[in-house]
Amino acid sequence: MLLSRHAEAAFWLARYVERAENLARMLDVQNVFAADTRDPASWRSILTLNSDEARFLENHEQADRESVTQFYVLDQDNPTSIVAAIHAARENARALRPLIPTEMWTQLNVFHRKIHALTMADLSEARLPRTYAMIKEGCQAHTGITEGTFFRDEAWYFYSMGRSLERADQTTRLLDIKYHQLLPFGATVGSGFDIGQWNSVLRSAAAYYAYRRAHFGAMSPGTVAGFLLQNRAFPRSVALCVDDMGRVLNGLRSRYHLRGGVVALERIDEVQAELNGRSIESILIGGLHEFLDMLQTVLGHLGGDIARDFFLYGEIAGQAQVQSQ
Amino acid sequence: MSAPTSRSGLLSKYDSGSYFCELLGSPTSPHPVFETIEQQLSTITEDELRSRAAAAENDLYDLGVTFTVYSEKNAIDRVLPFDMIPRILSAADWTMLEAGVRQRVRTLNLFLADVYGPQKVLKDGIVPADLVLGNPNYRAQMQGVKVANDVYVAICGIDLVRDQNGQFMVLEDNARTPSGVSYVLENRRMMHRAWPELFHGLGVQSVDGYGARLRQALAENAPGGEADPHIVLLTPGTYNSAYFEHVFLAREMGVTLAEGRDLVVVDSKVYLRTIAGLRRVDVIYRRIDDDFLDPLVFREDSMLGVPGVMDAYVKGNVHLANGVGTGVADDKAVYAYMPRLTRYYLGEDPIIPNVETHLCNEAEGLAYTLANLEKLVVKPVGASGGYGVVIGPRATKAEIEETRAQIIADPGNFISQPVIGLSVCPTVCKDGIEPRHIDLRPFAVTGKDTWVLPGGLTRVALRKNSLVVNSSQGGGSKDTWVLFSEGTR
Repeated sequence: MLLSRHAEAAFWLARYVERAENLARMLDVQNVFAADTRDPASWRSILTLNSDEARFLENHEQADRESVTQFYVLDQDNPTSIVAAIHAARENARALRPLIPTEMWTQLNVFHRKIHALTMADLSEARLPRTYAMIKEGCQAHTGITEGTFFRDEAWYFYSMGRSLERADQTTRLLDIKYHQLLPFGATVGSGFDIGQWNSVLRSAAAYYAYRRAHFGAMSPGTVAGFLLQNRAFPRSVALCVDDMGRVLNGLRSRYHLRGGVVALERIDEVQAELNGRSIESILIGGLHEFLDMLQTVLGHLGGDIARDFFLYGEIAGQAQVQSQ
Repeated sequence: MSAPTSRSGLLSKYDSGSYFCELLGSPTSPHPVFETIEQQLSTITEDELRSRAAAAENDLYDLGVTFTVYSEKNAIDRVLPFDMIPRILSAADWTMLEAGVRQRVRTLNLFLADVYGPQKVLKDGIVPADLVLGNPNYRAQMQGVKVANDVYVAICGIDLVRDQNGQFMVLEDNARTPSGVSYVLENRRMMHRAWPELFHGLGVQSVDGYGARLRQALAENAPGGEADPHIVLLTPGTYNSAYFEHVFLAREMGVTLAEGRDLVVVDSKVYLRTIAGLRRVDVIYRRIDDDFLDPLVFREDSMLGVPGVMDAYVKGNVHLANGVGTGVADDKAVYAYMPRLTRYYLGEDPIIPNVETHLCNEAEGLAYTLANLEKLVVKPVGASGGYGVVIGPRATKAEIEETRAQIIADPGNFISQPVIGLSVCPTVCKDGIEPRHIDLRPFAVTGKDTWVLPGGLTRVALRKNSLVVNSSQGGGSKDTWVLFSEGTR
């Protein structure tokens, strides 16, 4: 008998931690990439990708390593920063405190304190890799403790859906950023520089070695994008995350006899058809960016479907929907 | 009353002066386990004790066992200071206290059932009618409402102190939403982690049963004798300073922790908004004051409450714990009448006496108070948390005169009591182990019967010589141990 408010908090707890982890990955790889290429413009693409450009430029002269890193790691006033995400995660965990194990709460509480204690010194070139490692480890510790201790009743289903949804969304953004960066270099596909770019895409998603096991030949935009979108063994691929969501939502509905979630399931079918029914070549011809854009829109709707059916239920429920115990 | 024999170890320089020491006992009746504790204290260095205390405090911080103090921008989490040396109650003392607390709770419930029912106590002139009916905490909406098992006060905390002679006395009743029980349970868990060897050979009664007992008591009060009633704990929300305790209790009981916005009233019945729609609620353990409970009946601007919940309550469709209007019984002015009420309802003398109390709304009490201000403690009737209390012997001349003017302006708002030289307990302080004043708040839960948690919350005034133990005034807490009586282990 899960409160709608608790369902929502579980869903968002997972999303915020997942978001913080992905942001740390992306910034980490970007740091290495920008150093390799000595291309300061690449910092701007991260802002573009997150639609943060306008907000960033309100308070900053230019987008460089220091300013963008500060904006995304430390800036408490930036709602898309890591510190803001972990703060939001902890606030959701606080609301969810009656349902989550003490170990889950304690880890997040201590992690939150660590993140809040970060300063510009921790973002120096020498210390930054360790700082990102600490953030990723903190998020992964959360995920691991959750996997090992969170009681698997209704709240867990919502937590799992939140995590899968956010992960799918983040993977589309990761691909999208490289699309923006690679666009001007489209003519040099296959050159050493291009390979470096696609390597960094895979490393951001912790997918480099997994990709190597699945693909032996030359690296191409098609095989990399195809891997991150369609591979059903890679834990961060869009296809796998969407499959997981469908499975969890079905499980929730049948185990607890819930009527909600029908629209969300239909939409999951839709995404699966798009991902399964098209070859990566045809996606690239149609435009990778357009395809990713479409996926992001659908995933956004999916979050809305779940909210409407489960989080707002009480508010729109009339007397007719009053159920006996 | 310091112990006559020379002491060793960490207590070698300890001197409790003229105060009753909870660990030494009295010369005629030394504490039953003092020697064992002294022995244990001689096996540990002060540095080791401090490092364990620091680790324990850090644990609490990591666990988020905190008060949250909100400033404009930041939430500051503070840990209630914890002292490592426990307060230990003998089996004999506890047997008496437990009976005394049960008697007190019975009296409070009988008084409330009478006030909101036939009002015999007012007609018989035991308590002045205007003191009750004119009390800001009297709720006319409750008049004639049938409350399950006549349990108005299901959760009660009785504040006790002990004077120079070791005599226990009731200082205050808490019959609205007494807090602090989570610290009792957490303190015990922490002591088991931080100083497990101190328990050896003593036989300390467990405090683990609280959640299950509370749930059972609440279930017994459910409307219509529902066999497996749906119970929720209603919190003002994550920003409330006691939110940690609300979470703790919901978890201990295994019930849903709801906010006002999670509940809705339809056709005079209360429902919870869940992912499966609306689900009926039978019992609400509410940690929200009467004023904020239902904007349709009390404060209209309350965003914390549940519109319509009073209607459901009055119609008997939901049980509220504690009941509405219990504040009329734990008022500082009504407190003075408690010994008379015990005799009136039960035909018994109070097992634990009151502190002698002078009511300034009575001519005699007013005259006595004004003539002896520098010797008395003056308390405003309505306030809690130690606010507004003036301790005569420690007040400046100006403070005394200011208090005098306030009393003359509004006598009904004040009571006075003699200064009680609160008992002390050895406490880890900056300069070593020193005596600090303490009190005790046992917790009682009432369904068909009353159960008292063995021990309670011992609060300690950490500032030297301070008699004020409230956390808002620099107080901390200690673990409270109740020993098994011989042969019952």
